[in-house]
Amino acid sequence: MLREGDFRIPSGCAISGIVHRKGRAMSGESIIRSIALMHDRSNGLGGGFAAYGIYPEFRDCFALHLFFDGQGARKDTEEYFSRYFVTEMSGPIPTRKNAFIKNAPLIWRYFVRPKPEFLSAGEKSANDFMVERVMEINGMAGGAHVFSSGKNMGAFKGVGYAEDIGDFYRLDEYRGHIWTAHGRFPTNTPGWWGGAHPFTLLDWSVVHNGEISSYDANRRFLEMYDYQCTLQTDTEVIAYIFDLLVRRHGLSVDIAAAVVAPPFWSEIDRMPPDKKEMYRAARIVYSSLLINGPFSIILGSSRGILALNDRIKLRPLTAAEKGDFLYVASEESAIREICPQPDRVWMPRGGELVWGLLAGSALADSGACPEEINGTA
Amino acid sequence: MFTINARGVYYKELNQMVRQALSDGAGEILIKNVNGQCYIADALRGSVRFTLEGTPGNNLAAYMDGPEVIIRGNAQDAVANTMNSGTIVIHGDAGDTLGYAMRGGEIFVRGNAGYRAGIHLKEYGSKIPLIVVGGKTGDFLGEYMAGGIIAVLGEPDGLNSVGRWCGTGMHGGVMYIRGEVPDYHLGNEVRICKPDAGDEAILSGILSRFRRHFKLSVATYDLQSFIKLVPKSNRPYGNVYVDF
Amino acid sequence: MGFGKRALYAIERDSESCTHCRICVRQCANGVYRLNPNTAKVTSDEAACVNCRRCVEFCPAGALAIRPALAETISNSFWTRQDLRAIQSQADSGGILLVGMGGGSSIPSYFDRMLLNASQVTNPSIDPLREPMELRTFLGRKPVRLELDEKGRPLGLPPQLELELPVLFSAMSFGSVSLNTVKALAAAAQSEQTCYNTGEGGLHRDLYPFGKNTICQVASGRFGVDIDYLNAGAAIEIKIGQGAKPGIGGHLPGEKVGDDVSETRMIPLGSDAISPAPHHDIYSIEDLRQLVFSLKEATVYAKPIIVKIAAVHNVAAIASGIARAGADIIAIDGCRGGTGAAPLRTREHVGIPIELALAAVDSRLRAEGIRGEVSLVAGGGIRHSADVVKAIALGADAVYIATSALIALGCRLCQKCYTGRCGWGIATQVPELVQRLDAEEGARRAANLLRAWKHEIKEMLGGMGINALESLRGNRLMLRGVGMSDNELRVLGIRAAGE
Repeated sequence: MLREGDFRIPSGCAISGIVHRKGRAMSGESIIRSIALMHDRSNGLGGGFAAYGIYPEFRDCFALHLFFDGQGARKDTEEYFSRYFVTEMSGPIPTRKNAFIKNAPLIWRYFVRPKPEFLSAGEKSANDFMVERVMEINGMAGGAHVFSSGKNMGAFKGVGYAEDIGDFYRLDEYRGHIWTAHGRFPTNTPGWWGGAHPFTLLDWSVVHNGEISSYDANRRFLEMYDYQCTLQTDTEVIAYIFDLLVRRHGLSVDIAAAVVAPPFWSEIDRMPPDKKEMYRAARIVYSSLLINGPFSIILGSSRGILALNDRIKLRPLTAAEKGDFLYVASEESAIREICPQPDRVWMPRGGELVWGLLAGSALADSGACPEEINGTA
Repeated sequence: MFTINARGVYYKELNQMVRQALSDGAGEILIKNVNGQCYIADALRGSVRFTLEGTPGNNLAAYMDGPEVIIRGNAQDAVANTMNSGTIVIHGDAGDTLGYAMRGGEIFVRGNAGYRAGIHLKEYGSKIPLIVVGGKTGDFLGEYMAGGIIAVLGEPDGLNSVGRWCGTGMHGGVMYIRGEVPDYHLGNEVRICKPDAGDEAILSGILSRFRRHFKLSVATYDLQSFIKLVPKSNRPYGNVYVDF
Repeated sequence: MGFGKRALYAIERDSESCTHCRICVRQCANGVYRLNPNTAKVTSDEAACVNCRRCVEFCPAGALAIRPALAETISNSFWTRQDLRAIQSQADSGGILLVGMGGGSSIPSYFDRMLLNASQVTNPSIDPLREPMELRTFLGRKPVRLELDEKGRPLGLPPQLELELPVLFSAMSFGSVSLNTVKALAAAAQSEQTCYNTGEGGLHRDLYPFGKNTICQVASGRFGVDIDYLNAGAAIEIKIGQGAKPGIGGHLPGEKVGDDVSETRMIPLGSDAISPAPHHDIYSIEDLRQLVFSLKEATVYAKPIIVKIAAVHNVAAIASGIARAGADIIAIDGCRGGTGAAPLRTREHVGIPIELALAAVDSRLRAEGIRGEVSLVAGGGIRHSADVVKAIALGADAVYIATSALIALGCRLCQKCYTGRCGWGIATQVPELVQRLDAEEGARRAANLLRAWKHEIKEMLGGMGINALESLRGNRLMLRGVGMSDNELRVLGIRAAGE
């Protein structure tokens, strides 16, 4: 059987996300309940979570989560690590037995720092270096797959329903201030854990519902900027788009949203001159990054989350607020399950950003790398 | 006179400075220390006069329509490319493709010209372009020439004034060449004839302008030493193609 | 012992219905028909017939039919009638065989071997009649990233051609076609907000008002090129080559150079207008850079510069060089492109199909990370809207059409453009033939064609679940191949149907 990366797999899904804007930590139990309510939107072939603020004691290290096909792959990878990284701590990620989770690979985590000699002369940021290493490991057919590489955050995913995956990874024992979740409905059964969502790169995480029809236009453009779309999934492409626009090109998330879900030309034509110039330029320069077709996404980063759906709203998205909590999910019920009486509930329009930034985080990014603004647990 | 020092200035800035000077009303511009900057006087209009000291880069005076350009030095390739009108005076040599597709105006070269001088020379209405080369020219002089006048003086000795395949593809205009051109150096489409009285009048007018531009007091030429080249036909390839 | 001119067509005149009204005599541009004064009947010289259909369609009695002449020569599967005819003609004349229009050879059409995708269940198709569907297209250099000034405003973009559909009329010069033809295309381009292209024929004074929709071409002959011309259009195109005759130049015979053509091209009346294959100021890629920038200097960097090349074997590397030489747009013309006149052997045997060339160029530019430096316009054999959609999915930003535009104006593809006796008023300068094409009616028909294609492109995009054209560009997953070798699939960068 071909697995992710060998061919393209469309899939439908459920998504959910919670952020506490003042950084109050919560256990994974709420997000599991929220995504579990949307059980029927997934089919048991993939579930996963991203959690931020969970590794405060290693907040300066990149937390690498890996799947290994076997001990040989683990040894080879650790040898590779020893060339490039100083490893502060490592070990298997704790799991518990769950009757519905089968065929789990070896799942390990490593808290690492790049060796300083690779970052000399300021030619390369630690982030760029990390991206290169992750692309390299995932591009090799060595039986190892990095599925999480940010700081003070982690992705937890596998083949199964999301609530079982959450139980398997013992997420009730973690405390984080941002949680996102994904329940997957792929149209085939590769049964590979790396193919589950969220997809992450550095501390970006993406959970995503829908199948984008611009995939190959997006992918081929990103490849010019040295991204390797090894998984052939929409989610991977979305993560790279935001990494390129926000981290590498230093654009605000607003502009990034105007690239992936731009207003129609007829709307841009009617904008006041200054605004029109910006939207027009963004759309012309990054026309190949328009995400076409149905999508709703929750993009996680250490600064908070943002949610967005496609410009003609072909996928559902609901948002709610209660105090400093912001919730987004595919369905309102998934929010009410964990927050029965929100202060406000709304359905964002197509292409309208929902912000869930941590207090003190800049709205308009000025090129700062995400990890420079660290949420406190 | 407006003066620009071009030393170390890239062509884009230099030409921007020139455009600025023109919009400030400069009528005469001296550019010193020119060395390799392309496109000087490119697509400029009006009656401005440029004096260039040094070696200007390629495509000097391309598309130019009116100005006068004096080069105190050698010029490189493609001088006066597609020029419409104006005057170019080169005190040294010119490179290849001098006056490519030029349809009006005049070029005077004190020294030699490279390959394919006067290629695609045209004429239209009252515009009759003129190229005068004081020295000798390279091969393919007047290739595809469709109009205008080329005169080659062949200094210093009036021998071997032009190269091989002279006038190949010529289908309009006229060339005056000092000295003999052997048949085997002529293109298939041209023939030699003797200048008549009308030609001599044209030639002496050209020569006196040449002397004036370069302030030559002596040089006179025996008009009898010139031959005239004209196209055999203005439809040289009419019979090459057949209906399928 | 010449072979003589053989009739290719048999003219059948129904003697019952023919009234000998002589309309056919007046309509035929090739002198096929004559009224015999003794019999008062019309007779035919079949050898002069080119099958332009003018007489058939104008015969009020419907009495005329033109059919292929019966084979008068023996042929076999290897020695075709065409081969025999060519040899006979050349033995008679010693000349180079000339043809008009394009696409005569029997090489496979890769467009016809590619199939488009449509959405089913996992994502929705979009109904373009009721939901927004965007075809707006920008041609020109795109910066590698959006640069903002200190106030967060975007720095100016390089000049862009802004079109409302990804289809432009490609170069056809006034001279090779009639002024009414150019006027019709210019007006259609204006009404549909796209561009037409002057070819190397210069810009007739009547066409200056269409400047925003004009691409002014600069070819090796530099006909009609002056400062006004360069500034008149929305973009400037340097013509290096043409798909129908790569490596061969243009040649407008002197009999087509009448007053208007002479004035527009700025050349002597009645003189041949020869534009050789090379620009003699471009013998190498760095020379191209010089011409590109001489034109940018001449227009103060306000217009995108297009470089048009024929699709040849090494097209990907050449295109990469052109992108690095400063061109803003590269137009690639495949071997099925049309022409007013081309040597038969060149048209049939030189160059490669646009599908393969386009795919190779797009892949190469992406591999080098410079695809954004240039826009790609593909031409040479675009027959309908599905060809447009497939070309864009392969990687084109837009397409050039010419033959299909002329057919919209009334061309019957008799392929005798080079004779200058076009019965439909298109490829001619003969005043009484020129007036057969009404410029306004032609404009209406050409605009209709563009609008019809626009609808169809939107339908196909909607079917794929895409509502903005840019999401199709280079989106090769939307294509699958049938009946192709692995190598052909690899060059096109697509999978086989079923994969």
